[in-house]
Formats: sequence, C-alpha cells, structure tokens
Amino acid sequence: MVSHSPAPVVSASGVVKSVMGPAGRLSILKGVDLHVAPAEAVAILGASGSGKSTLLGLLAGLDLPSGGEVRLLDQDLGVLSEDARAGLRAGRVGFVFQSFQLLPALTALENVMLTLELSGHDGDARAGAREALEQVGLGHRLDHYPSQLSGGEQQRVAIARAFAAHPQVLFADEPTGNLDQQTGEQIIQLLFNLKSAYGTALVLVTHDPDLASRCERRYRITDGILGAA
Amino acid sequence: MNQALRYSWISLGREWRAGELRILALALVIAVAAVTSVSFFTDRVQRAMSLQATELLGADLSITSSQPIPGEFGREAQERGLDTARYVSFPTVVVSDEDSELAELKAVSDRWPLRGTARVSTTLFGEEQETQSVPDSGEAWVEARLLQLLNLSVGDSLDVGEISLNITRVLTYEPDRGGDLFQLAPRLLLNVEDLEATGLIVPGSRVNHRFLVAGDEAVINRYRDWIEPRLGDNQRLESVADAQPALRNAIARGEQFLSLAALVAVLLAGGAVAVAARHYSDRQSDTSAVMRCLGASRRFVLQVFTLRLLWLALLASAIGLLLGFGAQGVLAWLLSGWFATELPLPSLWPIFTGMGVGLITALGFGLPALLRIGQVPPLRVLRRDLGAPPPAMWLVLGLAMLTLGVLLLWQAGDVRLAGFVLGGAAITVAVLWVAALLMVKALTPLRSRGGVALRFGLANLSRRGALSAVQLSAFGLGIMALLLLALVRVDLLSEWEGSLPEGAPNHFMINVQPDQVEPLQALFERHDMERPVYYPMIRGRLSTMNDAPVRPEDYTNPRAERLVTREFNLSFARDLQPGNRVVAGQWWNVQDPEPGFSVEEGLAETLGIELGDILEFRIAGEPVQAPVTNLRSVEWDSFNVNFFVLSSPGVLEDFPATYITSFHMDEAGQRMLTEAVRQFPSVTVLDVRALMQQVRDIIDRASLAVEYVFLFTLAAGVTVLFAAIHATRDLRRRESAILRTLGASRKQVLAGLLAEFMVMGALAGLLASAGASAVGMVLAREIFDLPYSVNPILWLMGVGGGALGVGLAGWLGARSVLRQPPLLTLRQVG
Repeated sequence: MVSHSPAPVVSASGVVKSVMGPAGRLSILKGVDLHVAPAEAVAILGASGSGKSTLLGLLAGLDLPSGGEVRLLDQDLGVLSEDARAGLRAGRVGFVFQSFQLLPALTALENVMLTLELSGHDGDARAGAREALEQVGLGHRLDHYPSQLSGGEQQRVAIARAFAAHPQVLFADEPTGNLDQQTGEQIIQLLFNLKSAYGTALVLVTHDPDLASRCERRYRITDGILGAA
Repeated sequence: MNQALRYSWISLGREWRAGELRILALALVIAVAAVTSVSFFTDRVQRAMSLQATELLGADLSITSSQPIPGEFGREAQERGLDTARYVSFPTVVVSDEDSELAELKAVSDRWPLRGTARVSTTLFGEEQETQSVPDSGEAWVEARLLQLLNLSVGDSLDVGEISLNITRVLTYEPDRGGDLFQLAPRLLLNVEDLEATGLIVPGSRVNHRFLVAGDEAVINRYRDWIEPRLGDNQRLESVADAQPALRNAIARGEQFLSLAALVAVLLAGGAVAVAARHYSDRQSDTSAVMRCLGASRRFVLQVFTLRLLWLALLASAIGLLLGFGAQGVLAWLLSGWFATELPLPSLWPIFTGMGVGLITALGFGLPALLRIGQVPPLRVLRRDLGAPPPAMWLVLGLAMLTLGVLLLWQAGDVRLAGFVLGGAAITVAVLWVAALLMVKALTPLRSRGGVALRFGLANLSRRGALSAVQLSAFGLGIMALLLLALVRVDLLSEWEGSLPEGAPNHFMINVQPDQVEPLQALFERHDMERPVYYPMIRGRLSTMNDAPVRPEDYTNPRAERLVTREFNLSFARDLQPGNRVVAGQWWNVQDPEPGFSVEEGLAETLGIELGDILEFRIAGEPVQAPVTNLRSVEWDSFNVNFFVLSSPGVLEDFPATYITSFHMDEAGQRMLTEAVRQFPSVTVLDVRALMQQVRDIIDRASLAVEYVFLFTLAAGVTVLFAAIHATRDLRRRESAILRTLGASRKQVLAGLLAEFMVMGALAGLLASAGASAVGMVLAREIFDLPYSVNPILWLMGVGGGALGVGLAGWLGARSVLRQPPLLTLRQVG
C-alpha cells in the first residue's frame, strides 16, 4: 500500500455495473473498490469475460457505472457530462489498447499530434509529436500510415501518442495481446521506462501474470469481484 | 447447387435480421418502384396523349387522297371491326341572296369525327354544345365568320353549287380542323349525301378525300400493316405520330422528357445499388472467412452470395412493383383533374420491365462487389487485417456501363438519347474519379493548416482516396441528378413552354390591303392594344428551278406535288424574323442587298432546293428570278407569321401585296375586332385560340407528368446519398470513439465530420454543376432542339447545396455514432 500519496489519481468506491441481457439483468462488476496513487503501477488480472476491461472503461470515464462512485484526477465522473469527461481526459489520461486503435487516415506523426492538439498543448504540436516518436524509436517512420507499419510499430506509435502530452494516468488494456513475445517484451520495457520518466500512474489490465508482476500492486478480478492477487 | 439454393434462402432471413442487407434491398426497392411507377404512369400518359392527339386527327388513322378512296379500304376496316368515316373537302364559292363568299366545304359522313367531338350553337355567338351528329341532308352548319360575311343568320339558306342548303347550326369547334391556317376560308359543313347533288365535283376538281379509321390499338396496327403496301402514289397515310407538326413536336418532346426522367432514376438507382453492395461485401468478409474455415468451398460461398443477391432482387422487385403500381395510381388520381379524359389503364409491360430492371440492376451493379467475397482468405479468422482485394475497377465500371447501356436502350427506346445519357454518365463518373484522386494530392498541403477538426476531416478525405472517390462519385451523381431536376429541367421546360408563351399571337388578320394598314394600326392604338407588325404577302407559283420547269409529276412525294401546284405565299424582309435561324448560307447584307431568296429548310428538303439554285416565281403572270442565298429553320409552333419563301428587299416590292399580321388578343379586345370587321369587311380575321389551347394543354399535361415522374428520380438520388453515408458509418463510429477516448469533445468530433462532408459535398457539387450544365446543354441542343444558356444559379446551388446537403446528411448520420459510450463502440467494431 502506498500511504504517503496525497490523493489518489484514480479511485473507485463500491462500483457496480450491470447490463440487461437476454436472460435478464447480468452483473459484471459487484462492488469494486480501487485507489491508485500518482506514479503508482497497478495491475488487474482476470480471465476473459471477468469484467476487467469493463472496469478499465469505467475508471477512464468511457462509460458510467450502474452504482458506486468513480473519481478520476480528483473529479467525480458521475456528475460530469460525456463531453466534460472527454475534456478531463484530454492530455491528462493516456491509453494503450490491445488492438492499437490508431486512426487509419492519419500518419504516425498526425496520430500523435492529435493528442497534443486535443489537450490544447501550448507550443508546436508537430515538434512535440516528432520528439515522442523519436523516443519510441520511430523517428524514421513519421509519415507512414498505420497500415504501413508492423504490429509492434503500431503499438509504439500508440505509446508515443499516450505519453506525448505527459499524462498523469495511463490505462493499458492487454498492450501485448496482439504481439509476439519478443516484441511484447520490448513494448513493455518502453512502457515502463516512459512511465517512470514522466511519473505517470499506470492501470494495466492483463491476463499475463509475468506482466502483472512488474507492477507495484496486483489485483485479480473474479466473477465481478476485485481481490488481491 | 441445391444446398446453396437452400442455404442462401435460409441465410437471407438471418442476414436480414442482422440488418445488413436492408440498405441494398431498399436501394433495389426504390430502383424498381421508380422505374415501374414511371413505366406504368408514362404508359398511361402516353396512351392519354395519343388519345388527345387522335382528336386532332379526328381518328386513329387517316388516308388522304385527291381521288376517291377505294371501297376496298373501307370494307377491310369494317371486316376487322374498326369504325370508319369519311369526308371530302374543297374550297368553293357559296352564294346568298345578296353576296357570295369563298368557303371551305367539308362534306362529312355519319360518325364523323371518330375521335373528339364537334361543338355547335343554335344562334350566332350563342352558347356552344357538343354534338354527336352531323348535318342532315339538306342542312348546312357554318362558321360564324361566314354568316357575318354573307350577312346571314341561322334559319336562312344559301346556295352551294346547284343545291340550296338550310343553315341549322353555327359550327364553333371542329376537332380535326388544323391544316394550313392561312388558306382557310370559313368552314361550311354539309352531309356527304348531298355532295353529288351540288354538282361541284367534276373531273379535274381539286378536292381532298379523307378516309378515317379508329378502333382497338392492336387492330389498328394490323390494319396499318395491311394497308401500307396497298397505298397508291396519291394516297397518304397519317397516324397520331404524324398529325399536325406543332402537336407532333409537343408529343415527341413530352415523351422525351418522360423517358429522360425514367433514365435518370435508373441511373441513380444503379449508383445506390453499387455503393450498398460494396458496403455489404465489406461487411461479409468475416462470414465468408468463417464459412471457408468450416469447410465451405469457394464455389459454394460464391453461389450462396450470388443466389442471396438474386433472392433479394426478386423480393425487392416484387415490393418495388407493388409500390410503383400504387404510386402511379396515386399519381393518376392526383392528376385526374388535369386530364380531360380518364387515363387509360396501363398495359402489363411495366411488370416485366420492373422485374427485369430489378434483376439487371442488382446483378450489373452489385455482382462485382459480391464476387470478391469469395476471395476472402480463410486466414482472416486469425488475422483481421486480411480482407478481400477490392474488385478490379475495369470490371466494376465495365459491367456498370454495360448494364446501364442495356437499361437505357431498353427504357429510352432511342439510341441517341440513351447514348447521350450514357456518355454523360460515363464522363461524369470518370471526371469524378479523376477529380477524387487529384483531390488527395490537392488536400495534402492543407492537412497542416487550420483547426484540428478541419485537419482531421481533410486527412480523412485525402487518406481514404479510393473510398473518397467512390463516395464523391455517388454524391456527384446524386447532386447532378438533383441539379438536372431542379434547374436544367425547369430551364428546359421554360424554354419549351417559352416557344408558346402566354402572350403568343392567337389571332391572324389576313387580306389587309396596303392602304388599310395605317387605319388598322390606329384602331389598335385606340383600343390600347399593341400595334402588331404587318408582313407583305404576295402570291406566286414556283415556275422554274435552275431554268427547268417545275412540274408536279416530277415529284413522288405527295406533299411536294401539292406544294408545287399551289401558289406560295411570298414575302420580303430586310431583317431575319424572330424564331428564324439561318442554317445554311448567309442572310443578306442589310445595307446593300443582292437579289436573293431565303427558303425554309423543310420546304427546301421536300422540293430538293439547294443553296445557289435559281428559282423563278410567276407572280400575276410575271416571272421573278433570283438565287437561293440562304436556308432558314423556322419555329412553326410559335404561331408567329412565317413564310416558306422570303426575298431580299428590292425583288418583290413592285408586285401587288396584301398584308398579314398576327397578334395576341384577350376577351377584352373583342370589341376592337368587331369594329375592325365592320370597318374593313374585306379583312379576314382568324381566331386560333382553340387550336392553341389544345396544343398548350398537351404541353402543360406533359410537363406536369414529367415533374411528378421526377419525384421518383429525386427519391433515387437521396438513396444514393444515404447509401454513401451509410457505407462509412462503422468506420466513423470507430474513429469517433478513439477520438473521444483521447479526450476530443463531441463538438470537435462533429466539426471534423462536418468539415469532411462539407468539403466533399462542395467538391461533388462543383463537379456535378459542370456535369449538369454539360448534359443540359447537350440535351437542349441535340435532343430537344432548344436554345440553352448556362444558369449561374446552378453552380451556386450545386456547390453551396452540395456542401450544405451532404454536410447535413453526414451530420445527421453521424449523430447516432456519437450517442453511445465510446467503450461500447470500441468493443463492437474494435
């Protein structure tokens, strides 16, 4: 437990999520409590369908819980509109997805610039984006489109995009899920290096215990309930 | 095959529930509904218009001759169950107690006219009534003008040749009057039984025998086939298609407008099907890959998808047919007040047309996209980035053009019209395609400028070059069709109606003596009427051409034969009259004219007159010679005074001339006319209002029909836009989810979409305006033979309307994209 942190950057208290399925109400999360301090790395382990990605989406404000409270960067997400939640994320929250989620119409450079522009980044977005891509070793592929890059390269662009605005929190959803082991290892190394460099808090969702072991705290989600791993 | 047939049918239901085939079906339903409603309705309108035209002919078919019509023709017609009637007409002098006057005699048999109804009144200027009968033996029905000229009234008698007839009715309307307006003396109608007793028909008399036939269309056509090879040199067959030239033009143009409306609907529907099919095949890549993984052969997959398309086309065509039939029913009901007669029922042909168009459109436009589904590698189940290669462009375009060509030819039944539309469409698509590719380059430097929304929108456009090109073509085609409808149609219609404007002359005044021109002008002025232009008219017979005598027996064409035996109405003019256009040679130098003749092109063709030929006319026995210096086209349907032959100044001035004028007069001018006739009894006034109203009615009805028909074309255009926007919805949904995850506000995402759609709409509008102008110009010049000038509003509406319309449509389509939480979207389409 990290007790010296002034206030958690992400916190969930009694979070419940249920959806209406063909067989009636289905509970995905059954009262989750989680607090993440600044610069802390937290892993959430779980089998597929356990609700870990749902939890990640709720913590990031991509969706709202059916009950309980989620706070992100000291803001109660429940009282914010969809747009206000997006505005809260802009530049202060980064994402790395299993399927990269780069915009196919934009070049590597433009994909990274987009984050900086959305955060109202002062100064030269182009220069900032170039620097971020150079940091992930893609300085020579600035004008390539996602479809022209390998999976590992695409994930590196995604990492550059995630860190370009120096966010306070980074959410990562199975970041190595679509990559071979060696490339995955390089990506994780890069992710943790940048996290340390910028003092970013990390919430990592994975089913890989090895990957989870690199985080300071580990939880396992089973049948909608979060417990220590 | 059986298994594929069964599976394709079962899976159609499943796919339908999944909702992905709905847009394709909708496109087909609209295509078929548009085509069949157009087919059904134009079928009925064309039948109605033919009926209307038969009225001016007084029959479905007529045979004209200077000799009595052989009895064989009548017997054959009666054996075939057709109605027949006949009349004989010729000019003759009729005599009252005090006076005599030239009249146009018409001796009619029972049942005349077979089409249309004559109207009479029992007193001069009394209330007119329709009549089903003809004058009894011993009776005469005469035009008001003749009564006035001879100072007679109903109940009096007059002498026609050797007999005396009792005037029992005033003839106010005769459906098959028409003819050569300027040579019309007032009409006298009598029973054909009395004709022989008049003693006016002697060998060598110049009379016009006319035999009329009417009946069932199919029987008429067979009768026509029977009679055509039996016609002698002096016998001429006339049907609705070759009725009076003004009317013929009106009907021909009406039919062309209707065909065009149907063609544009077909074209747009094809575009919508192509876009929808492409979208559908993109979304079916997974299904295909999974089927292959589970052991289905490529052949089986292809069979299933092709059969499914056929099932869908059949069902959609059936629904489209019902909709189309219902739509035309509503249309006919809406228009019932506009048609004097009940619209005839449509034939069954449109059903085959609809089914055929549905299947051809589905296969021709949809198949290339669907065929590539079979090429999806099964490995796609593991690697989602593996898709089917896009269909070869030459295949898509080639098949689409071929399909379009077949449909156009079938629907238009006119190779030239089909060619122009197909050419216009091909050029437009090619231009749009090239423009889309150029756009990628042009937009690239702009990607580093402007706000984030604009840049994102532009980047989308420029990155998705191929898809943008497809969308741009669809939008461009849709906008072009709308422009053609909204503006070019109106322009063309108004040009067309303009050839018969409200204020068109509706009265002619002939036999005006030179010294009567000034007093008449003063009379016009006194009644606050515009002073008309008087044209000199000199009568002369064409005697020699290039010094060779002109003889009727040298011509086989009966019209030519008739023309050279009669006197021409000649005139002279310094300037070219409005509505006349020099088509060969040069109009004379106004300052110092050389002697010369200007000949109307149709007459020149009939008589074989060429530029430079020396013509000699005999006027009052004196020869006048001059070369033909130019040929003119004349708008005959304008009701202006026009002449077949004009001379340059200085050729005909010394010959005795009477003057002729045409002017527009409404009811209020009637007093002036009465005064004119009283003051100048020798002046003849012709009232052509009834005839003009007939022509105008037909034009009005045809334009109204065209406008209604174009509503379906509009629906097809909207479907193309809808299909194009729908096709990229998944892509946009995913993109906007990513953007919002990264912190973009709804407003920013919407602004980006709006920027993209508006830029695309503006570009498509620009190209569509160019296309519509070009097509409009070509149509006007080559098909409708109308002058056409480019309308600047068209460009404004094209570009502005394109940007706004496509922007709005895109925005409306995208709003739903933004409604659900980004997490859900990323999972659904991720």
